[in-house]
Amino acid sequence: MTDTAREAGIVGRGNEVGARLFRQWFEGLTAAAEEGRGAAYVFVMGSLCELLRVFDFPIVFPEINSLQAAVRRVAAEYLNEAENYGYSPDICGYVKADVATQLRGGTHPMGRIPKPALAIATNACNTYIKWGEIWERMHGMPLFTLDIPGSRGAGLASTRGGEDFERDRRYVAAQLEELIALCERVSGRKFDIDRLREHLGWANELNTGWQRVLELNRSRPAVFNALSDGTIYLGVANGFRGAPEGAAFFRDLVEEMTHKAEHGIGTPVDEKWRLIFVGVPCYPIFRRFSEMFGDWGGVFVNSTYLWFASGGANLGFTYDLRHPLESLAEGVLLGVRDAMDSMFFQTNALVRMIDDHAADGIVYHPIKSCRTVSTGLADTRRALMAIRDIPSLFVESDMMDKRVVSEAQMKNRIDAFFEGLAARRHQAAAAPA
Amino acid sequence: MSAIFAEWRGQSLEETLYHCRELVEDTDFPTIRRWRESGGKVVGHFQVYFPEEIAHAGGLLPFKVRGAPIEPTQADSRFGSYLCSIIKTSLELALSGRVQLELFVTHPICDAARNLAGVWGRNVSYPCRILYLPQNPNSGYAAHYLRDEYDRVRRLCEEIAGRPITDDDLRRSIAVFNENRALLRRLYALKRERPWLLPVDEAYVLLAVGGLVPREEHNDLLRTVLPLLEGRSLPRRDKIRVILEGGFCEQPPLDLLRAIARSCYVVDDDLLIGLRWLVSDVPVDGDPLQALATSYIDRSEHSPVQHDLTKPKDRMLLERLARADAQAAILMAAKMCEPGLEELVVHTRALDGKGVRYFVSEFEESMNSFDSLEIQLETFVENLVFD
Repeated sequence: MTDTAREAGIVGRGNEVGARLFRQWFEGLTAAAEEGRGAAYVFVMGSLCELLRVFDFPIVFPEINSLQAAVRRVAAEYLNEAENYGYSPDICGYVKADVATQLRGGTHPMGRIPKPALAIATNACNTYIKWGEIWERMHGMPLFTLDIPGSRGAGLASTRGGEDFERDRRYVAAQLEELIALCERVSGRKFDIDRLREHLGWANELNTGWQRVLELNRSRPAVFNALSDGTIYLGVANGFRGAPEGAAFFRDLVEEMTHKAEHGIGTPVDEKWRLIFVGVPCYPIFRRFSEMFGDWGGVFVNSTYLWFASGGANLGFTYDLRHPLESLAEGVLLGVRDAMDSMFFQTNALVRMIDDHAADGIVYHPIKSCRTVSTGLADTRRALMAIRDIPSLFVESDMMDKRVVSEAQMKNRIDAFFEGLAARRHQAAAAPA
Repeated sequence: MSAIFAEWRGQSLEETLYHCRELVEDTDFPTIRRWRESGGKVVGHFQVYFPEEIAHAGGLLPFKVRGAPIEPTQADSRFGSYLCSIIKTSLELALSGRVQLELFVTHPICDAARNLAGVWGRNVSYPCRILYLPQNPNSGYAAHYLRDEYDRVRRLCEEIAGRPITDDDLRRSIAVFNENRALLRRLYALKRERPWLLPVDEAYVLLAVGGLVPREEHNDLLRTVLPLLEGRSLPRRDKIRVILEGGFCEQPPLDLLRAIARSCYVVDDDLLIGLRWLVSDVPVDGDPLQALATSYIDRSEHSPVQHDLTKPKDRMLLERLARADAQAAILMAAKMCEPGLEELVVHTRALDGKGVRYFVSEFEESMNSFDSLEIQLETFVENLVFD
């Protein structure tokens, strides 16, 4: 096969297959809704898909449903409906879009969402739990709160094998046993540990693939845009976690990104500036938001979003298939804890990210809707600036609510940021050696 | 160590209440300063609940960090927009030097507060930690986990105190706090049974002092004041009996409570609920940390920031209403408080379902104009009375 022919089959495959898998997933959910099958509602930080697939639950990620409503530009009507129901304009937009979806009997721009048979909420985000309580009241189904102790302070993550870590792991393991009993009761199926091994194996491939894909973006030019392409890959990493399609997708994606790195193939943008994104994307103007950076040659080479919103899959954790349950507890603890650390104690991780990816600047995007991610960003920026001389942009908007997205103002600030980057590069070039 | 809040001693009931009010509203936190000037060390803990007995057992002063009606001049630049006030003003207390601590502990009670340890820790030199209270208290393993977590707090407090904290130290502290809990139950019983003797603002200051002084001093205060309150000769008015919800974290200004007291008898509330979280005595025999952990799980209050299958929020509200024999509810939420705002939907629907009338309002700790709210509340009360 010639290089050109090979490229024709490989380059761009991840985006194309990712979009197709997404459509298939929602078609499956629509079918489940029409058959009246109850789904497992889960969240991106600690979804437990590996385990839930053993019981054949259709899996629903309400966060992904909500952001899809924003990307498809219909979020406003969903938000309005939830606000009319009584929810405040000042709470999470994801929650409100989902409330409206539930009130509409699951009607969603991507298809129809089945009702929940059970829900799992980790404590990685407190809103997960409040959100789950809404379903408890609406549908009368069980909500399982999976409590994952995070780091108790900056740099204080307990280490594997230590007594503090073991205490946390035992707590998670005990809860997983209770969750299995709940899944058996709700699904009417017996737990099968060999099936768990199988799903953990696919999750292993996905985890190692995800980690490798992130590493490959250290290439210059970057092989994918962490904000636009990365969000597609992230969707597959979540929706197909523990499934053979997810494992195959990441095998292929590693091949694609390796090929691009080896051949110096970058994103469609003529890369001039390598950027890091901190926060949650601006979904109401998703494409335009990326373009505002791409127009200046800005490419996002990594983001904290790809870490925390993958539930810590970026760690590349490999489950020990000889001890599936013990290893699942350990993997979930490490993954969700890492997701929390990359939101609450991110300074050192950002320094590593800057160095590893040779970043020219950082873009902070705090959003009204998500206090988990946004509360500490101003202070993180201040702390990072004190230890690294790197330009940054702090631009605030929302992930759902177009009412708080001021595109013109945003563009002015982005333009000024790039002018500053250019002036800085010019001064550095002109400075005597 | 001599008393750090002595102003009320030997004074009349009215004078005592005045001094309590002054202390609770003083944004310089003089008792914390006095404690430190006497060589004491302070553990600041953010809302809602903290096992203060552990810090107390190490000879440390547990200080309830609950914000303050101050301008967050420095803290503002550490946070984004769209946040509640208490997050900012609590940090401001530390940045401005109003309160100095040896240790700060926060809890992931909400998405904003869970960021506090990170932000606080980047701005001060003393340790800042998160205490992960169980969000799955229904797990059979939760009490065991929490016992271990409390052991971690004990080790941390030992480092701060510079001495070991023995089980006997803990049992002595539990006994002090058990007395405090009993006195607070008596205070709330008085408010419930003879509310004309104890308006909500007065009950509040008597409660809130507990977060600012050693519990022994708080016990002295309550032991002295309770008989005086019970013997008060105040006329019984034709006011409606209400419960007040929404004070579990950010605190409404005292003047707002006073405005409510002018038209209603608040017969129960969730103000500073963390100080009353454990609803019965903690056993003083056996493993004290296990006793504290089990009490947290099995013998405790409820709040919007704890998920517990045995305490559904709508049912707990209706139970509080029924227990207090209240006619209506005042539902409040601090501005930008996500759990509080979400709970409003639950509460209003629960009350609608039972045909119970309610008054809804948002508040902020720094608000200083209550005229319009008071008029709305009076209208609400009139509607109820003449309905």
